[in-house]
Amino acid sequence: MPIEILMPALSPTMTDGNVSSWTVKEGDTVSAGDILCEIETDKATMEVEAVDEGVIGKILIPGGTEHVVVNSVIALLLEEGEDAKALDGYTASSVAPAAEASVAPVEAAPAVAAPVVAVAPQQSGTRVFASPLAKRIAADKGLDLAQVQGTGPRGRIVKRDVEGAQPSVAARPTASPMVMPESGTFTAIPHSNMRKIIARRLQESKQTVPHFYLTADCRIDKLLDMRKSMNAASPEGEGAYKISVNDFVVKAVAKALVEVPEANAQWTDDAVLQLHAVDISIAVATPSGLITPIVRNADYKGLAGISAAVKDLAGRARDGKLMPEEYTGGGFSISNLGMYGVKDFAAIINPPQSCILAVGAGEQRPIVVDGQLAVGTVMCCTLSVDHRSVDGAVGAQFLAAFKRIIEEPALMAL
Amino acid sequence: MSDTNFDLVIIGGGPGGYVAAIRAAQLKMKVALVEHQHLGGICLNWGCIPTKALLRSAEIYRQMQHAKDYGLSADGIGFDLKAIVDRSRKVSGQLSGGIGHLLKKNKVTVFDGYGKLAGKGKVAVTKDNKLITTLSAKNVILATGARARVLPGMEPDGKLIWYYKDALVPNEVPKRLLVIGSGAIGIEFANFFHTLGSQTTVVEMMDRIVPAEDAEVSAFLQKSLTKDGLKIMTSVGVKVLKAGKDTVSATLEVDGVTHVEEFDRVIVAAGIVGNVEDIGLETTKVHVDRTHVTTNEWCETDEPGVYAIGDIAGPPWLAHKASHEGMLCVEKIAGLKGLHPMNTDHIAGCTYCHPQVASVGLTEAQAKERGHKLKVGRFPFQANGKAIALGEPEGFIKTIFDEKTGELLGAHMIGAEVTELIQGFVVAMGLETTEAELMHTVFPHPTLSEMMHESVLDAYGRAVHF
Repeated sequence: MPIEILMPALSPTMTDGNVSSWTVKEGDTVSAGDILCEIETDKATMEVEAVDEGVIGKILIPGGTEHVVVNSVIALLLEEGEDAKALDGYTASSVAPAAEASVAPVEAAPAVAAPVVAVAPQQSGTRVFASPLAKRIAADKGLDLAQVQGTGPRGRIVKRDVEGAQPSVAARPTASPMVMPESGTFTAIPHSNMRKIIARRLQESKQTVPHFYLTADCRIDKLLDMRKSMNAASPEGEGAYKISVNDFVVKAVAKALVEVPEANAQWTDDAVLQLHAVDISIAVATPSGLITPIVRNADYKGLAGISAAVKDLAGRARDGKLMPEEYTGGGFSISNLGMYGVKDFAAIINPPQSCILAVGAGEQRPIVVDGQLAVGTVMCCTLSVDHRSVDGAVGAQFLAAFKRIIEEPALMAL
Repeated sequence: MSDTNFDLVIIGGGPGGYVAAIRAAQLKMKVALVEHQHLGGICLNWGCIPTKALLRSAEIYRQMQHAKDYGLSADGIGFDLKAIVDRSRKVSGQLSGGIGHLLKKNKVTVFDGYGKLAGKGKVAVTKDNKLITTLSAKNVILATGARARVLPGMEPDGKLIWYYKDALVPNEVPKRLLVIGSGAIGIEFANFFHTLGSQTTVVEMMDRIVPAEDAEVSAFLQKSLTKDGLKIMTSVGVKVLKAGKDTVSATLEVDGVTHVEEFDRVIVAAGIVGNVEDIGLETTKVHVDRTHVTTNEWCETDEPGVYAIGDIAGPPWLAHKASHEGMLCVEKIAGLKGLHPMNTDHIAGCTYCHPQVASVGLTEAQAKERGHKLKVGRFPFQANGKAIALGEPEGFIKTIFDEKTGELLGAHMIGAEVTELIQGFVVAMGLETTEAELMHTVFPHPTLSEMMHESVLDAYGRAVHF
């Protein structure tokens, strides 16, 4: 019996993913720990390692296949002494356990040749059974059939199921039909899983979360002085550090969250969850899109610790090598576009979190100190708040605490 | 009968009751069926089946008269009414016997007697007014059916004024026949006797014949029957029937003016009433509305454990509706999962006159009334190769779609063999296909069914052969 190599689930919620590329080919001998292929999920690329040793007998899902259902057989490994005949028994059913999604294409051709095997047309990863009429009505309404409970024979979605259903706000199509530009005048960039997730989550957030915004100018001259002397004191080689302004922001947010824990909250239908850990998501731009790795327990980390953690996470995020648990969760987000010279902006809340702090560039401005005009470095920060879970006054208390700490960075040492 | 305890007792052995009994037996219930007259009910013994046998004789007779059109010669064409009727009775007898075998095979206990609810979970069975036994069951299904509505002053006399039972066993072909009512039953009898030579008049109170059908079908049928020599009077009321020695004077009212016409026989086919009397309903919470038992979508009455199916439970008055309710009701009692109430919009109706009429779903007028914007397609028999080859170029197929969703709302057919075609659209409706799937379907050539395809295409301005 050949050993089945299955599509791994990289997170508990993962239903399907893309097989980006194979690093082995049929006939290659592999031993445990060898990298076999790369799997792309909604947020990251993961390498799949061989667990057993043997010879790659058959690659069933070629590189570049999207929406491969978790636990589908993606390749077969021949054990020592087994010859290729052992592969013969592999027919449609054993190739794709998620049979509903994949029976038809697999039956049509030997699995190796099938260009797309476990195609999951819906995000849920399983084929949606619906009558033609139900599909038509759903399309007219902009209803996602994956969200509809079918009551027809064997759970088929029929007219009565879609007639009463209303599309979720996010799924409703825009009123005016989209006009595609003439072909040849654009390059279509297919949505990556990550792009789809970004689109869905942020659209949902902006349309369903009642945002309000609080803005404060923060004077960071003291912070810059402190940073300068701290970095100047960094040792060479091992233990070297270079604290960024953003690291101070993370630290200040962490301390402010300890002071105002109400802002470290998540909205749910039944309750507002006030989080115990101070886990701060940092927005990182990567070639394939935005990702928010998390600095865990930031309130217990010093500036150097935060700096090292951010550097490590951001680096791996750009390479698409984050582990799912490194970007799922978090209680508060920071988005910093100061390095691009942005003065001020308002960020979209990262659900289910309640607050996100948008940090602008620190710039020298004329300011008034004790009735005298002076020059000061000012950083504009805007807090976006979910009013369902955090009221205006609480948001303001948090922002005031943050401002106090960031303007008096010595407090970070407490 | 020693064993009187059952899981289910069904009163009435018609197409509702016996089908329910067999389904219940399949689901491992211990079933009793109480029938006092004939297994298979009216449908099989005095309705659907024997009339089809009579009409088949009439159809062949008609074809023989047109033998020349097909290059055939048939001299001395005639008929023997007694033999036609005997054949019809034999067909019924054969099928009724078949039901008995089916019930036996499925181990359904059949009680020959009259069933009546006798307290909670009890059914008394009487024969010739003597109590035979009392059965116990947790659930009882009423499937007692219906009978012809007898109009006051027009009571059947078995001689001159006929109801369907008399009309099924005539001993002569009346010279002048009046048919009151132009629903399926009236039109079929009119067609039968007219083909055998009766001078036939059909009167209808409504403004068109087969009033349940689409108006275009009514108009087409009226034209066709009139061309055939039938006299059709719509918006006419029959005030009085006065039976003489061997003729009947009928007082007809047209536009408020009455006049008297003489007929040799009259067939009254003015609807039906439910058999709700003397079945013990008065001791229950069962609600009766205008001779029919009120039920919910699962055939449950207001009395727990008492169900009603078929004609006794309301329209449409069709055997296949009764059978479907029988199965649904039993499956509900058995607690099967994934059941769905019957959709009466998807029940087809067939009339076996010449030309035949068949329809399913909404008429154009009903569809508009429900607020649909429509796409309507039509295709005539005269443009269909098979119809011409058959020598049946008369008729059309009409399809009605919801403009927005492409839902097939109704299909209406008139012409040869349409009663065998309609179920194609019934399946399409049941599966909720839209015009797109119907257009993509390959219909075999040469068949009459190609007209179904063309009609769909026509609704979207794409008919090929017309």
